[in-house]
Amino acid sequence: MGGDRHTVTAPARVRPAPGTILAIVLGAGLPLAFVGVFFAWPVGAMVLRGLVENGALDLGGFGEVLGRPRTLRLIGLTVGQAALASVICVVLGLPIAHVLYRLRFRGQRMLRALIVLPFVLPTVVVGVAFRTLLRKGGLLGPLELDGTFAAIMLALVFFNIAVVVRTVGSTWEGLDSRQEEAARVLGASPQRVWWTVTVPRLAPAIVSAASIVFLFCSTAFGVVLVLGGTRFGTIETEIYLLTTQFLDLRGASVLSITQLVVVVAVLLVAARARGRRTAQRRVAAAQSSRRPRRGDAPAILVTLLVAAFLALPIVALVARSLRTADGWGIGNYLALGGTGSRNALVVPVWAALGNSLAIAVQATAIALLIGLAASLVISRRPRSPGLRRALTGFDGALMLPLGVSAVTVGFGFLITLNQPPFDLRSSPILIPIAQALVALPLVVRTILPVLTGIDSRMRESAAVLGSPPWRVLRDVDLAIGWRPVVAASGFAFAVALGEFGATSFLSRPDRPTLPVVIFRLIGLPGGDNLGMALAASVVLAAVTVGVIALVERLRVGTMGAF
Amino acid sequence: MDTALRIDDLAVRFDGVAAVDGVSLDVAAGEVLGILGPSGSGKSTLLRAVAGLERLDSGRVSWHGADITALAVHKRGFALMFQDGQLFPHRSVAQNIAYALRLARTPAAARVDELLELVGLPGFGGRRVTELSGGEQQRVALARSLAARPRLLLLDEPLSALDRELRERLAGDLRRILVDTGTTAVFVTHDQDEAFAVSDRVAVMMGARLQQVGTPSDVWRHPASEQVARFLGYTTVLDAASSRALDPRAAGRIALRPSAVRVADGTPLTATVVHSTHSVDGWRLRLLVDSLGEVDAVAGPQHPLAPGDRVAVRYDRAAMAELP
Repeated sequence: MGGDRHTVTAPARVRPAPGTILAIVLGAGLPLAFVGVFFAWPVGAMVLRGLVENGALDLGGFGEVLGRPRTLRLIGLTVGQAALASVICVVLGLPIAHVLYRLRFRGQRMLRALIVLPFVLPTVVVGVAFRTLLRKGGLLGPLELDGTFAAIMLALVFFNIAVVVRTVGSTWEGLDSRQEEAARVLGASPQRVWWTVTVPRLAPAIVSAASIVFLFCSTAFGVVLVLGGTRFGTIETEIYLLTTQFLDLRGASVLSITQLVVVVAVLLVAARARGRRTAQRRVAAAQSSRRPRRGDAPAILVTLLVAAFLALPIVALVARSLRTADGWGIGNYLALGGTGSRNALVVPVWAALGNSLAIAVQATAIALLIGLAASLVISRRPRSPGLRRALTGFDGALMLPLGVSAVTVGFGFLITLNQPPFDLRSSPILIPIAQALVALPLVVRTILPVLTGIDSRMRESAAVLGSPPWRVLRDVDLAIGWRPVVAASGFAFAVALGEFGATSFLSRPDRPTLPVVIFRLIGLPGGDNLGMALAASVVLAAVTVGVIALVERLRVGTMGAF
Repeated sequence: MDTALRIDDLAVRFDGVAAVDGVSLDVAAGEVLGILGPSGSGKSTLLRAVAGLERLDSGRVSWHGADITALAVHKRGFALMFQDGQLFPHRSVAQNIAYALRLARTPAAARVDELLELVGLPGFGGRRVTELSGGEQQRVALARSLAARPRLLLLDEPLSALDRELRERLAGDLRRILVDTGTTAVFVTHDQDEAFAVSDRVAVMMGARLQQVGTPSDVWRHPASEQVARFLGYTTVLDAASSRALDPRAAGRIALRPSAVRVADGTPLTATVVHSTHSVDGWRLRLLVDSLGEVDAVAGPQHPLAPGDRVAVRYDRAAMAELP
């Protein structure tokens, strides 16, 4: 080590922090280029196409499209159902977060895994499962909920309650319970402690989770398409209808812009909430959890009821998939080797599963590469306030694909990536790229909090001891963050496997993915098709569950938290 | 004196506010320099700037005459030890210590054992660092810093997170280890006892500027200003007239530690107790000394004292410093 003398001839008076600028440019460049080419450009082109009339910008479409009674009704419906679902998720999610993250009991980890499952289940599967449950002759058939607003609401809550439980739970777990104890000793009643100490500390997490749920619900596509029929829809399904059925690109782009404005506003709220949350000091979970007491009974009851509610559609789905024309049996599964009645499919269902797995692997690789690079850059705190603000903006921009219509992205791909330098329309890489875009925000939200939690002085220690920057990355960031990285991979894989919105636009009949096949089979009932759809849904769910169960073992609290 | 580290007119600003403002300083080879200052005085920033972790707004850092201002952190061959160790939680004690050795592709096993011996933790190599107490963690951090024989060891409040007894013991150990290994070191602390126990020379830093540099006894006996004297624990500063009245040999103003004025019997100097509190070894007092004014003072445990009591006091020159 000694004798390493460098003489600098020029008076190096001002020196940039070692390598920081270069690393930020490199690390940010890759994700920026990716999001720019595969997100901003297609979405921008799609939106512009609807607004440019004969080479001139024509904003008249706004008044016209937004003035349609149908549009207004759908916007109202979208916001209304998203708001209601968010409220229900928070009300039910809080007691569950308490039970699963503040108490300590056997079976807790299994319950935590069960809660996160619906979030990663493919939307089409959930749609099918709810139809199975609610249709005439189904388990909840007598309630006559099929095709109602309530059915959509149930499905949205089913999907998103995990977001609240995991986001609030992982914050709650880290809160020092001595603050509550201090308030109790000062004479506050349990209710008063809850409202004056606990709620204010949880508020940022609650707001962040609620806004993400709102976002997911207002852009829900597959599940609404399957359950909503013609009476109910969202801006998202309307964009789909306008684009594919009526070729009304102007209407679609006005709606896309409307959606984008709402999404950006909600993301800003979420980002602000996240910013406030990181200021709190965390304690180890063991310090904050305790055994259940009599007073926890209502919260435990809510948890068990919701767990039953979450398990019910899955159980109904599995049961129904084992029913064939001639009694119970695995006939539907055997039929997956074929192409369905009336030749509904071009390839056997098993081949579609193979496609799905291969595409999801590619999507995972892309999402991980981009997400990791972005997380590493965002986790750095440069001294310059301008650079810090730029990174915060970058962080927010990466969340955008969460809330922009997958349909817009999918259709945008078709109209922009069809010419050099990106002539990818016929390339099989397009679907993994679209899926990676959807998974990217989830990858970043899983990895980033862990990297941000590393004391920058630990990196500095390694650097001073002689580690070049790449080695600091390997020995500190990756050595500490490998669990979230692995968890994020599994998470991204599960999400890619189930992605339907953008994939449905891009997949070709001879190389479909499993969700696309399932949707096709439901669309052409008769013969074995419905049974096959159910069996295929079970298979898809099983693979997803398997992957999530594996990464759940890593106990990464940030997975599925926002 | 063979100058190893030279700092010329170094300045670091955060959002326009100076954290370090025009500091120049030399450290000789093998010397242990203590940078002493209150929190927020810029001493840690100065240390980080020497390590290469802060961007300089102006100034130069050189090592044996070679300008290293633009040299990347990891190429300086230094080591930095933080207040809370910053051990790598995913590595064992031995792997932490061997870290810099591995980077230099040096055989590690024997050196790790030698270092564990040196810091008084023989046989700890296989432990997880998360199982160690705070004091043990700091010993491991010191071993990790020393492992690759750094050209310069930088220590940022290395003992401040520990409790008092451990701190005093480790301060002695630290001094011995640094001297035995002949390590050139710069050591930042806000604790005067620690600075004087460990350092060959002390640099006092306040308000982003260097106030005084000298041997511990120099700084102790001749603080450069009233501000420095107060930071060092001289709680009372008398004006020139009162100084001469108390100490006829005083040339100008003098500063007193509380122990400079002690309650004793049969002295001509008398005072009234203003208020009193118990301390470990007796009483800490605020006295109104006749014809002098208010001073801090001490008394042994045998004197139960209450406000308004009249006492006789003795003046002890050893706890006095003359101000310029």
